[in-house]
Amino acid sequence: MKILVCVSHVPDTTSKINFVDDDTAFDKNGVQFIINPNDEFGLTRAIWFQQKQGAEVTVITVGDPSCEPTLRKCLAIGADRAFRIDLSPTDGFQVAQQLSAHCKDENYDLIIAGRESIDYNGAMVPGMLSALLGYSFLTNCMALEIEGRSVKASREIDGGIESVSCDLPLVVGAQKGLVEEKDLIIPNMRGIMQARQKSLTVVPAVDSSIQSSISKFEKPAPKGAVKMVDANQIDQLIDLLHNEAKVI
Amino acid sequence: MSILIFTETENGKFKKSAFELASYGRAIADPLGVELMAVCFNIQDTSPLESYGVDRLIQISDPSLENFTAHQYAANMAEIAQTHDAKLVILSSSANAKYLAPLLAVSLSAGYASNVVGLPESIEPLRVKRSCFTNKAFNLSTLDNKVNIIGLSNNSYPVSENPKEMVVEQKKAILSETSFKVEKVEKASGQVSIADADIVVSGGRGLKGPENWHLIEDLASTLGAATACSKPVSDMGWRPHSEHVGQTGKPVASNLYIAIGVSGAIQHLAGINSSKVKVVINNDPEAPFFKAADYGVVGDAFEVVPELIKKLKAFKYNE
Ligand SMILES: Cc1cc2nc3c(=O)[nH]c(=O)nc-3n(C[C@H](O)[C@H](O)[C@H](O)COP(=O)(O)OP(=O)(O)OC[C@H]3O[C@@H](n4cnc5c(N)ncnc54)[C@H](O)[C@@H]3O)c2cc1C
Ligand SMILES: Nc1ncnc2c1ncn2[C@@H]1O[C@H](COP(=O)(O)O)[C@@H](O)[C@H]1O
Repeated sequence: MKILVCVSHVPDTTSKINFVDDDTAFDKNGVQFIINPNDEFGLTRAIWFQQKQGAEVTVITVGDPSCEPTLRKCLAIGADRAFRIDLSPTDGFQVAQQLSAHCKDENYDLIIAGRESIDYNGAMVPGMLSALLGYSFLTNCMALEIEGRSVKASREIDGGIESVSCDLPLVVGAQKGLVEEKDLIIPNMRGIMQARQKSLTVVPAVDSSIQSSISKFEKPAPKGAVKMVDANQIDQLIDLLHNEAKVI
Repeated sequence: MSILIFTETENGKFKKSAFELASYGRAIADPLGVELMAVCFNIQDTSPLESYGVDRLIQISDPSLENFTAHQYAANMAEIAQTHDAKLVILSSSANAKYLAPLLAVSLSAGYASNVVGLPESIEPLRVKRSCFTNKAFNLSTLDNKVNIIGLSNNSYPVSENPKEMVVEQKKAILSETSFKVEKVEKASGQVSIADADIVVSGGRGLKGPENWHLIEDLASTLGAATACSKPVSDMGWRPHSEHVGQTGKPVASNLYIAIGVSGAIQHLAGINSSKVKVVINNDPEAPFFKAADYGVVGDAFEVVPELIKKLKAFKYNE
């Protein structure tokens, strides 16, 4: 089984979000970048397929050279090879087109992306990629088993869980539950050393179109001060929620 | 030319988001003087939608679409959008809508903006404000395509009544061959889901253990609220994954969010920021969550919450 894991290189979850250039660009100054958490769950699941079912695991990102440490980390975690498509993408559709061009040459059986990135939050790339390739698609995936060509999976829905079945090839939007937090693989020294020998190929971008562009960023308006209510006067809280906030 | 909304249903009835989308769609359709159309799948009583300004409802009824399947729904939506020359398609931000939208975008060659937080700032070209960086920021996006899709954030547009003469049209479903099958749907019945809830009551590690969750559940049922939790609480298995909210869990965009024994770590706040009113109950006056709260109570959850439940019941009784 040939597996591709799509990784997005995103600001660490503790990052303070600021903008520069008249609020048209994200301020990378002092920001740590990580593998998008949903992608890391997906990568770990892929490594299990590699260890238990002999799958080959490739990782890919569409981004500039600053994304390479994230790909190296994926190799240290256990991926067999990495690709970087050399383009700073403008929107999710552009990413999907780049990935689809790569996939058409490679014929992956299973493509795992994150349900959503924590920076752009588009929830676009995996679904668009599946549609461009004509593969089956399921997102919010929290369990995935594959025997031969047949897939059994479950996905989180609003207020519950749904079990589905389909055949490969498939694109999956991964999330927590696919593996647990404690299962995430922390690269060890050996992994890090091996990662240096593995191939990280930079490929030029293909022609692609964009459908949306960001003209400006903005931060939420500062919040008013908190109103404290004495623990012995809970009636006052109910009164405020009813008469002032009008939410109960 | 028209505007098309995808109305969602739950147990054969329209969800609140359907009325939000209709109100929102109406507000865009009016100044443009175009028709507001809606699509619904497998619903018997379509009349509640008449109150919210829909001109034409396309009703698809087919037992094989009983369970939501994104590609089948997308194919039907795409065909309707093309037949009626829809320039704008509007969906909610539910899990199903987010599953469907990218598929629809590709088949319509449409631009797609998810997590849109209000009316467009301009229509030609379409410019919308959407949240990004998991609610830590917004971006203004321009979508200059023949067809565009908006995914509207839940609770970000008020429902407003605007009764119209609604034409209801039956349409036969188009069904494609596929290996994809929904085998089983397990839903906790009678519970409000976090995505649909107006009020969410959330518990953190401060509750000490799963045996104390009756406090959260009692408060939630008193308020008709959904229950949620912080990440460590679900990691330790005190509560199911589906309740984990925050940057790496579910987003919450409720009208009221009550956090009990949650410290207010940046990753937690990121996911609940877009809730309108936040109440924090914590025994540590220095808990960071108070800085992000609208109302705060410093106190022991084991004393404050039972008292709050008691007082709320009295309040509801008196109303
Ligand atoms: C990559 C990454 C992603 C993350 N994503 C998320 C996420 O999506 N969601 C999330 O929630 N967290 C997330 N976290 C974890 C986050 O950093 C915090 O560790 C977590 O939110 C803390 O949970 P808590 O508030 O329940 O527990 P604690 O931080 O232990 O806080 C417990 C609180 O309860 C209070 N308390 C104790 N006893 C009582 C009492 N008797 N009465 C009232 N109050 C009491 C304490 O004062 C304290 O403030 C993430 C972390 C990382 C590294
Ligand atoms: N630049 C990128 N390169 C590779 N994969 C990406 C990129 N951007 C997004 N993805 C994948 O698509 C998923 C969803 O991203 P998004 O559509 O931005 O929410 C991410 O979790 C990644 O798996």
